[in-house]
Amino acid sequence: MTEATPGQTIGPFFHHALAFPGDAELVPFGSAGSVVLHGHVRDGAGDPVPDAMIEIRQTDASGAVPGTGGSLRRRGAGFTGWGRCCTDAAGHYWFSTVEPGLPFFAVTVFARGLLDRLFTRIYLPGTPGAVDGLVAEREDDGRLRFDIHLQGPSETVFLRYPRT
Amino acid sequence: MTTSQQEISDEIAKIQAGTPVGAPLLDFPPYRSTLLRHPTKEPRHADPEGAELFAPVFGHSDVAAIEADLTVQRGGEPIGERIRVHGRVLDGDGRPVRRQLVEIWQANAAGRYSHQGDQHPAPLDPNFTGVGRCLTDDAGWYSFTSIKPGPYPWRNHHNAWRPAHIHFSLFGTDFTQRLITQMYFPGDQLLALDPIAQSITDPAALSRLVASYDHSLSEHEWLLGYRWDIVLTGSHATYLEPSDD
Repeated sequence: MTEATPGQTIGPFFHHALAFPGDAELVPFGSAGSVVLHGHVRDGAGDPVPDAMIEIRQTDASGAVPGTGGSLRRRGAGFTGWGRCCTDAAGHYWFSTVEPGLPFFAVTVFARGLLDRLFTRIYLPGTPGAVDGLVAEREDDGRLRFDIHLQGPSETVFLRYPRT
Repeated sequence: MTTSQQEISDEIAKIQAGTPVGAPLLDFPPYRSTLLRHPTKEPRHADPEGAELFAPVFGHSDVAAIEADLTVQRGGEPIGERIRVHGRVLDGDGRPVRRQLVEIWQANAAGRYSHQGDQHPAPLDPNFTGVGRCLTDDAGWYSFTSIKPGPYPWRNHHNAWRPAHIHFSLFGTDFTQRLITQMYFPGDQLLALDPIAQSITDPAALSRLVASYDHSLSEHEWLLGYRWDIVLTGSHATYLEPSDD
């Protein structure tokens, strides 16, 4: 295998380059059958991380992995199974999406001060065989909540895949 | 803000006396912002499944050709050295990553980002956003026309300067190949002083982030050419060909 190009931090100045209209709306916010997945990104002191970027990749409701383009334009693209959200000043991220048929969101985390991307999963509540600690909480209003802790007593379980 | 460059360089040297590592060390105190932002536990092994086996797909509906030329996005010409950065995106088995999204962002020639958070007192260039996108072609090639970014100061320590760099965001064929990194320029004396670059403690691995000047890419009385190839990690779906648009 050829030696991989190493990663580097996303730095502080990515928003104007990587955010785009509709980036966090895999389906329009509030549309029929949609669900909000949201949470806060926190550092080892429990403080919000306001300069993180979260991406999710997921199957559609039937469990199929979408292979269609159009994520960057969104309008009329259909469900692409991919979204991006830059955290706000409170370290909050959110996505409007559908619950995946294969029951986790694959997640990538980037931030200033984080020298390489991190991978994790967010499982739907009640998923048999879910990785401990990686299950979203169902809130009273139906939203799914999952906080990402880069460090500290609640540090998120991050994943390493073979060949990475 | 009393830590000197010498103290930072000494910290770096002490860490680099250990076993060289080809990926950036997430726990790298010379880059102060890592202190509370690096995980302390080993990542858990996972075999990719479902959506993890497939990167998102982008097509010509996502990216306009003009987005690859950062010198023509506004009304006039940006100031600085006009450059072209050109190279191939390959997977860990050497196969081209075809028709996949490449996003870049960078400071202008004066070392200032067109980002509201950048308070460096260097001039903004009204003709330069420093943001570009393209899709790789069928052989994995990408190409951007831009302006050589300037180095800029940051607050990691006293008199800290980032080497000139272009941020690159890349996707492979698998979700697990996602990469965000920075491309540096050859001969930059700031690279050895920079705790972000030096977090890659294997010099051979760090050298893979440095572009080469390529005179065959330079254009007469127009621009200077740089070559930079990018290798992603291995793909899992070795039996799958990338799907056609």
